[in-house]
Amino acid sequence: MSISAKLTDMPDHELIQRGTGACAGCPSPMGLRIVGKALGPDAIMVMTPSCAVASIGMMPKSCYDVPVLNVCFASAGASAAGISGALDVQIAKGVIAGPKPVVFNWVGDGGTYDIGFQGVSAAAERNDDFIHFCYNNEAYSNTGVQRSGATPLHAATTTTPAGKSEGKKSMPLLMLDHAPAYVATASIAYPQDFYKKIAKAKDIKGFRYIELHAPCGPGWKFPASETVEIGRMAVKTGAWALWEAENGALTINAPTLQLAEGKTKPSSLEDYLKVQGRFAGLMKDAAKEQAIAVMAQGIEKELADLLARSKR
Amino acid sequence: MSREIATGNTACALAVKAANVDFIAVYPITPQTTISEKLADYAAAGELTGKYLTVESEHSVMSAVAAAAATGARTFTATSSQGLLYMHEILHYAAGGRLPVVMVNVNRAVCAPWCLYADHQDSVSQRDTGWLQFYCASHQEIYDSIFLAYKVAEQMEIPVMINYDGFLLSHSMLPFETLEQEVIDSYLPARQPAWRLHPQWGGTFSNVAGAAEYAAYRHKLAQDTLEALPVIKAAIAEYEELTGRPQPGLVQAGSKGGQAGGTGRTGGEGQADSESQTGGESQAEVYLLSMGSMAAEMELAAAELTKQGIPAAALKLRIYRPFPAEELAALLPAGSTLIVLDRNLAYGHSGGALLMEARSALYNSGKNIKIAGSAVGIGGQDLPVSLLIEEIRRLLEVTKS
Amino acid sequence: MTKEVLQPLAKPVYGAGGPTGTWRSQRPVLDKEKCTGCLLCWIYCPEAVIAREDRAIDYEYCKGCGLCARECPVGAIAMIREGEEA
Ligand SMILES: Cc1ncc(C[n+]2csc(CCOP(=O)(O)OP(=O)(O)O)c2C)c(N)n1
Ligand code: SF4
Ligand code: SF4
Ligand SMILES: [Mg+2]
Repeated sequence: MSISAKLTDMPDHELIQRGTGACAGCPSPMGLRIVGKALGPDAIMVMTPSCAVASIGMMPKSCYDVPVLNVCFASAGASAAGISGALDVQIAKGVIAGPKPVVFNWVGDGGTYDIGFQGVSAAAERNDDFIHFCYNNEAYSNTGVQRSGATPLHAATTTTPAGKSEGKKSMPLLMLDHAPAYVATASIAYPQDFYKKIAKAKDIKGFRYIELHAPCGPGWKFPASETVEIGRMAVKTGAWALWEAENGALTINAPTLQLAEGKTKPSSLEDYLKVQGRFAGLMKDAAKEQAIAVMAQGIEKELADLLARSKR
Repeated sequence: MSREIATGNTACALAVKAANVDFIAVYPITPQTTISEKLADYAAAGELTGKYLTVESEHSVMSAVAAAAATGARTFTATSSQGLLYMHEILHYAAGGRLPVVMVNVNRAVCAPWCLYADHQDSVSQRDTGWLQFYCASHQEIYDSIFLAYKVAEQMEIPVMINYDGFLLSHSMLPFETLEQEVIDSYLPARQPAWRLHPQWGGTFSNVAGAAEYAAYRHKLAQDTLEALPVIKAAIAEYEELTGRPQPGLVQAGSKGGQAGGTGRTGGEGQADSESQTGGESQAEVYLLSMGSMAAEMELAAAELTKQGIPAAALKLRIYRPFPAEELAALLPAGSTLIVLDRNLAYGHSGGALLMEARSALYNSGKNIKIAGSAVGIGGQDLPVSLLIEEIRRLLEVTKS
Repeated sequence: MTKEVLQPLAKPVYGAGGPTGTWRSQRPVLDKEKCTGCLLCWIYCPEAVIAREDRAIDYEYCKGCGLCARECPVGAIAMIREGEEA
């Protein structure tokens, strides 16, 4: 099966209705546009409290042209499982006409890495039939940018004003260790790669996990026009790795693969960090050089581990 | 119809199996667990009409059933104590979202310290979540309440919590009668919601609302919970007619001297409800109000007090939310005394939740009813009739001073 | 018997977040001569306000984030201060 991700071939369908409440340059509606194109209109979206919910607009208006269930913060895994299971039964009974719509979660890193982790993990373990998208903006942006389990080392947030002293969790790998049929990482800067991954996931039954790296201007302190460029730099430095795993078999995608294999040199990590105001403290720190070297070593190790895993 | 002798939890599971439920999610906790296990057995034997999902917490249980209900599914779950407390956030969500989940809560004390036995602290703590709350005093009521609950929940689109006392009812073997499947199906046709979470219906459910929008939704829910009262009465009447089985009313009176057995657990025969009780030949002077299984002991206490020269009658509250204030007032003759025994504590106040409810319900009745009450049976403490009588006599003294 | 819908529901419309075009301090202006039709601006625009066919921009809702101009590989979109001529 080959999926065309040529921009000229992508469907017209728009999940996003223009005039959303999101900040200018926000990665969430950007990502949801791709999701809408890849999944089509026959889908049901579940959301937890986040910027993506605050962006909807106020009742009785909504910027999402897809059925949406806004659930509580820790609920995504179980609520999507409930919807999916209840649809199966009612379609089998003939109460609702089939085919079954694609059920998917659109949940932030807070709702995935932290408060919602238990529910998402349990759904993966049960292999419930839905796609969990985590749009990872590396903080609780909606409540004013507090640290999350996805916030990287040294990044300042409103609850880590001096920079976070711990690193982030490896959430995509944790999900991979639940052994679902499909796990992938993606980046807002690589829409065609993201589209292909969603299209692939759409045709798989069971639990699927796709995490989208989603740079947030107000949270990371960069101008709205830079969302894509910063996403691209994250990938080119190796700070964010692109890969996918079907039935546990991990494949590293371009351009991460070329970095992992040592075929291209990673872009300057310092350049990536210094364009983000959240690292301003680190940039002024006397031990900056050493700290960046440690971060670069971490990236190197992560890529080496991914490469080893891809050869298993 | 067939007669069974089984535990209260079995009565519950049998009714759930017969209620054409689409989706069940569960998480174990004593003393509810045997409901989940029974349902698992039915699922394994292919006897359930719906999906049975074991999730990883009660927060997830309620998240799953509420979301399933949004697709139009008929849903069920059961819990107790800490499990119910853990669901609290989603209880508000289900009611606010008008998602007609039906849940059994097998009443159990709450931590700290740990205690496995019956009291009502778990469910009265959920009073203001917008759920309707039923309390059962017999296995028959457990079985019947499942069908009543779906009828009412789906008509009002408000979730219903059916409560009954842990171990005292959940694990005791007692007789009850089941119904033929055709009777159940005619009483409870498939759910037909006006909206479903599905592309064919569309819509964004529950995004942010401004104060005006929000207040309108919440006031409507408050109004509709009150309007559930006549709906419950009608559902009970229809059930009686269809099954030929007399049903206790919203608040049920045993006749003076405890002869009438509202619970079926004291061997009494007669029935008297809020409609038929008024104007009896020799009215009681003291009324004993409670909810849950202790109604049986309250009937015995009433009989004993009557023998001792205090004409007394027991009142059993079946529907706690919405609170049947007028029905309660109608049962009480002017100038009578009401003693309320609660199986829960109203911290920072005297007695328990039911005492406060009864006081406020009767305050404007113009009947000059003296009211006193206290909390008993906490953590499943035994309630021998002798102890009840002692406590009631003490409270009667309080009403005199 | 038709039941009333009681659930708190909202409907998809343009401008659910308000007239977001008023947020702009700069507006993107397309040079049709330079545009090669690569569609990168179309796919990156978070608000879906760039028409696929001719890259016409819906200024009622364009927030002026500048992503389209930043990502255009041939510099066919310029960001102009609101109130100034192109
Ligand atoms: C139980 C609960 N705790 C806290 C909140 C407050 N809250 C709302 S959104 C949010 C952060 C969301 O973070 P994330 O999931 O990363 O989404 P983002 O806002 O970054 O898009 C928090 C803490 C809540 N709604 N519910
Ligand atoms: S704070 Fe960040 S994630 Fe939230 S709406 Fe703004 S750009 Fe999007
Ligand atoms: S400035 Fe931003 S919102 Fe406006 S058209 Fe360009 S990308 Fe879209
Ligand atoms: Mg976030």
